[in-house]
Amino acid sequence: MRYLTTLAFSAFLSIVSYAQMRMPSAMVQTLDGRKVDARTFSNNGKPIIVNFWATWCAPCKRELSTIADKYDQWQKETGVKLIAVSIDDARSMARVKPYVDGQDWDYEVYLDPNGDLKRALNVNNVPHTFLLNGKGEVVYQHNNYEPGDENELYRKVQELVGRK
Amino acid sequence: MSNRHFVKGGFLTFLLLSASGLVAQEGGRIHGNFSTDAQYYNVDSAIGAVVPAQRLAANAWANLIYTNGPFEAGGRFESYTPPLAGYPAGTPYSGSGIGYRYAKYRQDDLEVTVGNFFEQFGQGMIFRSYEERYLGVDNAMDGIRLKYMPVRGLHLKGFIGQQRLSFANQAVKGPGIVRGIDAEVSLRELLDTNWTSANNLIIGGGFVSKYQEDRDPSLVLPQNVAAWALRANFTTPRWNVYAEYARKVNDPNSRNGFIYKEGQGLLVNATYSVRGFGLSMGAHSFDNMLFQSDRAAPTPFDLNINFLPPLAKQHTYNLPATLYPYATQPNGEVSAQGELFYKWKKGTKLGGKYGTKVAVNYSVAHALDTTRLGAVDDTTSRLGYRTAFLSPGHRRYFQDLNVEVRKRVSSTWEFALTYLNVWYDIDIIQGKPGEAPVHADILILEGLHNFTERNSVRFEVQHLSTREDHGNWATALAEFTFSPHWFVAAMDQFNYVGSEKLEAKGYEALHYPVGSVGYIRGGNRFQVNYGRQRAGIFCVGGVCRQVPAANGLTLSITSTF
Repeated sequence: MRYLTTLAFSAFLSIVSYAQMRMPSAMVQTLDGRKVDARTFSNNGKPIIVNFWATWCAPCKRELSTIADKYDQWQKETGVKLIAVSIDDARSMARVKPYVDGQDWDYEVYLDPNGDLKRALNVNNVPHTFLLNGKGEVVYQHNNYEPGDENELYRKVQELVGRK
Repeated sequence: MSNRHFVKGGFLTFLLLSASGLVAQEGGRIHGNFSTDAQYYNVDSAIGAVVPAQRLAANAWANLIYTNGPFEAGGRFESYTPPLAGYPAGTPYSGSGIGYRYAKYRQDDLEVTVGNFFEQFGQGMIFRSYEERYLGVDNAMDGIRLKYMPVRGLHLKGFIGQQRLSFANQAVKGPGIVRGIDAEVSLRELLDTNWTSANNLIIGGGFVSKYQEDRDPSLVLPQNVAAWALRANFTTPRWNVYAEYARKVNDPNSRNGFIYKEGQGLLVNATYSVRGFGLSMGAHSFDNMLFQSDRAAPTPFDLNINFLPPLAKQHTYNLPATLYPYATQPNGEVSAQGELFYKWKKGTKLGGKYGTKVAVNYSVAHALDTTRLGAVDDTTSRLGYRTAFLSPGHRRYFQDLNVEVRKRVSSTWEFALTYLNVWYDIDIIQGKPGEAPVHADILILEGLHNFTERNSVRFEVQHLSTREDHGNWATALAEFTFSPHWFVAAMDQFNYVGSEKLEAKGYEALHYPVGSVGYIRGGNRFQVNYGRQRAGIFCVGGVCRQVPAANGLTLSITSTF
């Protein structure tokens, strides 16, 4: 058994290329209840920030509120788009839209109430941020949020745009 | 090599080889994550700390997902050597091994999954299989699932399988078989292909049934138990109205006292929001809606087929979040919630230079108004009780009124002030019979100061006053962060009783100091805590687990790759 597993596993690893991770195929919901495949997230060849958060997660809300104050400028300078994926479940998913509007956020927001996209991207806990380049490849990720992390993230966005 | 192992090995080999067969078309990708929580326990009799026989405990998980075009396969290695004290919420876990594995194929509008999967119908009132790893809640299905979208806007799902109960070197499954179908139609997507309307109506319905053999010597128990639910969601750019009604046929089980009464549930919420203003209102009622795939499931956390969310705000500050959180009473409750978010914009009188945000939330939960049916006449007593659905009884389980104001006062300082008034039936919610209900006032001040663009400090001062349970609590926390890699935090929770009644019970003033250091780099995170951990309730989503008092060293590592 052990021999078989080892054999299969090494055969498997030898043919796997460690290619850049992309947005996987997983269904998320729009705030008006429609189902959308995360694979179709796009921003016309410009970078996308995918941020996992929840209404019950204090650092997540700090991060998104801090970025909200700079988001206009970020968009003008680099064309970046932030997609906020809420992992609130049936308990709190109805609060997401009034919360987002109440905070005056301008993000594209999706619901992932049973963690399908969260699992597909191997997110352990929130907040967790991915940065995708214009080709949709994950070029940077960051777990947790500390004040100032948004500057590091934005430098990565600027690098992406500068390189083009 | 036992025959069983050979079959398992064969299955794995088959999965991997069929995966490699597809690689010819396109390069496959492999990615995953890892996380571990380990704790060393010290003796600390003052706080009644648990000291397991094995002083070092560790939970660990690793997921691997392989994708190649339309094909995906994955598995999770789990290890509990032994599990942390108080983990998991339900039936104990032990040992190491593969607890979750699946293969999935997706072509055009059809998706086929074999092995383990998580799924949810509507908001989960009749079916939700899900995981909350940090609570140890995992009722993953093991079986087959199909999803099909015949036309845009119409989604069909069907599944059959068994649920995960616990873990002992491999996933341990419950005895029942669960199967279900669900259909959902989004009318605007289906009919209005030119997108002329900004409004949408989504209608859905699901049917779930469980099978479990009846071996009871005295009762004739239904072997097949069905539940169905209908739901509708109407949305406009400002309004979002959702309603779901569920019904379950007679399901005598150990938690409802083997009564033959049908169960029903109703869940309604409505929100109205525009930029800078959000309002949310919700109500629900559950009557005999606990639905487990084993009628004698070992604990209420095991083998749940459905999910009944508590309608109360999930708090983020330590004291309100872990001392008195509400948990749904599935056998019967009526509850309601209202919440308002408002932002005074920059430049307005109350908004000042940076804007001011306020949130007000109220929630309340009552028992159902029930009338017990006579115990003598068997045919009626087996129905248990009679109730007018949606009508609240006199017994109040929970009430929470809370207000939060958050304001940035300068470019480097931000403050938040929160007040909560909580009423908590600890007898029912935490199962402490005879304990008086807790009435607590909580006041919290949080401040955030940025020293530089990268360095900042955040502090919290919290106070909870009550004459019941363990009396008053005061908490102070300071957290220094050095973006993007380091943080250092220290917290003390001080329990001072402050009431003669409780002092007479022998409660003494106690400090619970704890220090933390963390390092984060990209998708990797390391954290070490040392100190006392208060007994409390740890919740994620709608489910909570009791964590015992402990003293020791904790190491947590998470990694995503």
